[in-house]
Amino acid sequence: MAIKRLEISRRRVRQNLIGWCFILPSLLAFTLFMFLPILLGFWYSLTDYTGLSKDYGFIGLANYARMFQDRYFKVSIKNNCIYAIWYSVLTMLVSLFLASLLNRLSRCRKFFRIAFFMPYISSMVSVAIIWKMIFNPQGGPLNTVLAQLGADSLPQWLASTTWALYAVIIVSVWKNAGYYMMIFLAGLQNVPGSLYEAAALDGAGGWQKYFRITLPLISPTIFLNMILVTISSFQVFDLISVMTDGGPGMSTNVLAFRIYQEGFRQMHMGYASSIAYFLFAVILVITLIQFAVQKYWVNYD
Amino acid sequence: MNKKISTVLFYALMFFMSLLMIFPFLWMLSTSLKYDSQVFTVPIEWIPDPVNWSNYVKVWTEEPFLIFYKNTAFVAVCATAGQVFISALAAYAFAKIKFAGRNFIFGLYIATMMVPWHTIMIPQYQIISSLKLTDTHLSLILGQLASAFGIFLLRQFFMTVPDDLVEAARIDGAGEFRTFGKIMLPQAKPALATLVIFTFIQVWNDYMAPLIYLNSRHKYTIQLGLKFFQSEHTMQYTVIMAGTVCALIPILIVFLIFEKQITDGMVHSGLKG
Repeated sequence: MAIKRLEISRRRVRQNLIGWCFILPSLLAFTLFMFLPILLGFWYSLTDYTGLSKDYGFIGLANYARMFQDRYFKVSIKNNCIYAIWYSVLTMLVSLFLASLLNRLSRCRKFFRIAFFMPYISSMVSVAIIWKMIFNPQGGPLNTVLAQLGADSLPQWLASTTWALYAVIIVSVWKNAGYYMMIFLAGLQNVPGSLYEAAALDGAGGWQKYFRITLPLISPTIFLNMILVTISSFQVFDLISVMTDGGPGMSTNVLAFRIYQEGFRQMHMGYASSIAYFLFAVILVITLIQFAVQKYWVNYD
Repeated sequence: MNKKISTVLFYALMFFMSLLMIFPFLWMLSTSLKYDSQVFTVPIEWIPDPVNWSNYVKVWTEEPFLIFYKNTAFVAVCATAGQVFISALAAYAFAKIKFAGRNFIFGLYIATMMVPWHTIMIPQYQIISSLKLTDTHLSLILGQLASAFGIFLLRQFFMTVPDDLVEAARIDGAGEFRTFGKIMLPQAKPALATLVIFTFIQVWNDYMAPLIYLNSRHKYTIQLGLKFFQSEHTMQYTVIMAGTVCALIPILIVFLIFEKQITDGMVHSGLKG
């Protein structure tokens, strides 16, 4: 009996040892590049660290107080919210629309998939450079087409403080819609065809079927995409860095860009860290709200 | 009859939307083969006449694109291999070995998925720089090693492999590493392929980490090289477009060959993540 117990406990020690051996590499990586930065970043946000000298002090919540006095920061929040709302709503609508169409078509699927996925697979930098030229107000293809369609006052796009942000939104939707479309498509293909037949027997029309059967049944997919889209809408950076550099003026300056500018251009790493933590809080709160509200509309059976 | 008409309309609509999606790429290609005077013509001249190949010559002679490719390939291959290997080890332990602290550590890893990279990039930069690794490719590789997403994805898959299979190998006297290498990894090929594709494309297209870490031009990755190439040739649209074609071509070729696997892989990982 005692020997058996000893055997079991030796086995358990061995299991523990092996288990920890397997996670050791990841634990090192996570400690050094995740856990430590998360703590260190929060500590920086409470200091006047510049990133240059090791000589810095604790200043409490002063950085957080400063954010709400900072005109640039406030503008970047406003821009980011406008971006997030337009980008999220448009991306969801466009991708759901495309997926619903694609789901009904049986031919040329491969071609459609390639066409809609190509922007997503391409790097943000190259895509931003191409669109920068398409948006060229003098003779760029977009305004050429608009002029041919008979528009009299053509937008100045990236040269205009009112239009630049919307230009960024257009490119983001164009680039990412294909990805969410494919996720929607996977959801749509799981809707059993028998339900539609039953509904047709009951005399339901096409729209009725779509709103009464399809949408409720894919509500978990809608929810998933909503979470992914809103989170990503607060992390937009590459596109803005390449296409507008935050301008003209402050018109396309968003939170992630502000963190970069304060941290790596102005060398206010302490202050930039507080904005970084604010960004984290925003994403966390929005995600939590979405999870809290989901039980009222997401259908899991 | 009605149904036929609506199907035709749907196809027409879909083709129109696809055209909108591809249009910027076509414009890029066409512009890269033009002379400056042909760029902004009304109506748009899709097939340039005459065709001008010299933009590509200019790109390759003025810009070390070959070095950019090499740098990017090196970083992407190492980062992907490192991340997938480390994630697979951890995922195996989380899925098939019972050890003290398992759930706690797994929970900690998963919690990091909530933290956006922008929140930790400054302290991460400081850690890398105190290791004296800024302006090295190693900094870019190290930054990719900790991936909660990768561990989660592989763990999900490993859990579907029956315990009996693993137990049988253990009873046959295979060590845990052998069981992992000989039984688990071959079983998990689809999941591993998904993670490889996902990580590789993400690292290949990454812009912000190279922007922060790299200073010397000969160490640039393709995205960073392209960005600076663009800002140095502001008004030379045709040359910039030729450069962009060069930067895009490798990933587009890979995409066209492995279209099915890539799309499925990326969608699959979105569903799991």
